[in-house]
Amino acid sequence: MSETILELDGLTKVYPGGLKALDNVDLKIRKGEIFALLGPNGAGKTTLIGAVCGLVRPSSGTITAFGHDLATDWRKARARIGLVPQELSTDMFEPVHRGVSYSRGLFGLAPDPKRIEEILRSLSLWDKRDERIMALSGGMKRRVLIAKALAHEPDLLFLDEPTAGVDVELRKGMWSIVDEMRARGVTIILTTHYIEEAELMADRVGIINGGKLLMVDEKEAMMARLGRTEAHIALANPISELPVSIARFPVEIEEGGTSLCYRGGDGTGRGKEEVAEITKALLASGIDYTGIDVRESSLEDIFVSLLGEEQAA
Amino acid sequence: MIGWRSTWSIYTRELMRFLRTAFQSVLAPVLTTSLYFIVFGAAIGGRMPDLGGVDYGAFIIPGLLMLTLLGETTSNSSFGIYMPRFTGTIYELLSAPVGVAETLIGFVGAAMTKSLILAAIILLTARLFVDYTIAHPLLAVLYIMLVAAAFSLFGFILGIWADNFEKLGIIPMLFLTPLTFLGGTFYSIDMLPAPWDTIALANPIVYLVSGLRWTFYGSSDVNIWISFGITLAFLAACVGVIAYIFKTGWRLRA
Repeated sequence: MSETILELDGLTKVYPGGLKALDNVDLKIRKGEIFALLGPNGAGKTTLIGAVCGLVRPSSGTITAFGHDLATDWRKARARIGLVPQELSTDMFEPVHRGVSYSRGLFGLAPDPKRIEEILRSLSLWDKRDERIMALSGGMKRRVLIAKALAHEPDLLFLDEPTAGVDVELRKGMWSIVDEMRARGVTIILTTHYIEEAELMADRVGIINGGKLLMVDEKEAMMARLGRTEAHIALANPISELPVSIARFPVEIEEGGTSLCYRGGDGTGRGKEEVAEITKALLASGIDYTGIDVRESSLEDIFVSLLGEEQAA
Repeated sequence: MIGWRSTWSIYTRELMRFLRTAFQSVLAPVLTTSLYFIVFGAAIGGRMPDLGGVDYGAFIIPGLLMLTLLGETTSNSSFGIYMPRFTGTIYELLSAPVGVAETLIGFVGAAMTKSLILAAIILLTARLFVDYTIAHPLLAVLYIMLVAAAFSLFGFILGIWADNFEKLGIIPMLFLTPLTFLGGTFYSIDMLPAPWDTIALANPIVYLVSGLRWTFYGSSDVNIWISFGITLAFLAACVGVIAYIFKTGWRLRA
């Protein structure tokens, strides 16, 4: 298993007023992975990031980054962590190049114009380097924030809702930026509302709600464990009973016998295989069908179902 | 351990902010000082006797310098830290490997530098209106730096304490400016009738104006060492408060 570069142990944050934003969170982040933290608004995602990045003071628990305890040895740890905040917070009067260079200096690194140029070019900001940040579009401003976070060449990067409020094209551009960073070996923790984003990019997924980390797993493993296949088979003629040959499958008769519904599988493709077997069995039993609609459940379905269970509990 | 590169980054960025508004920053004190000299120096000063052997026009220079120094230093420093809090850009400072030393040297050092530039501008402007010689120039520079440092720290505290623009402006406007006007900027405390000459000594600004006046003309209302002592004590108190703020994260970290 890869080296752990960030470890949260019993991390709890209670804000003045009593709101428990983080409740005994344990989490290990491995070197080089992309970890997606999913959760509804107010789940504790930003508080978790804030606690690691020094914006929030934990009430209890420990945070260890790169082997350094953040409570005592924070300088060494913070020097290797970058943060792209959710809000577009930057000095709007500052030219892009100066803002990014400032960030590098703030983290204690010597000026390196070549490195800054490389970062700006990789984010398509080089042509805008002398423009004031206020003159840029929202998407470009977000790129500036990413450039500022990359200026000190962090090993661990937090992206808090990196694609919130940006259009589809820009979102895809952002995904390719994340891919490039992954290729450079940067470990990334991102929070997102777009589950499609996590499904596309993340190696592992953590689901957080009410300050509690409900589940952490490999994306594929999570989908295999909790994923389902749903198939609707439209029959040429109505039936009243299932043929014996498909009785062992999780199939139900619907719509007055004109349709069969299969809900099963495990997210690994077994569901599709079973649907194929069912269709063969139907034909062998002399039952014809006019259409098949097969749908794999997404991470979103898993997410919604997990949150539903949590609320019911 | 102090991260000097981080400190330098904060310092130069703050100075850049000052340069962005250089025209206003330089012109405003030049204009204000000129007006004071025209009104108090030329119009009224001509009818005033020498004070302690010093021409009235020259007498008011240290007070005017202190008036601008306290106001500008406090507001520069308070804005320097308040604006990142207001706009949210403070996240970068808080997430960086930067502690109280780097932050203070960077922000307060920049505010001090701006104040010293302003002091030089005011003294040059004053030269256009009155002749004066500074009796203890080195001590004057040292004292100006000391006051600038103390009030930069004070402004920093103010910028962290304030949670809106009104609070940010209220202390300089309602306390610093009136106390400086009443602190012997335009008169000697000796000129006040009893018991006001004694009551005036409760105003801490009296000691600052008096201290600076001593470095200029070698005489003042209050012993120079008391002035130095009070300024140092105020500076130390501000450092203590800021150390506490950073230790607890008050108004900085959630």
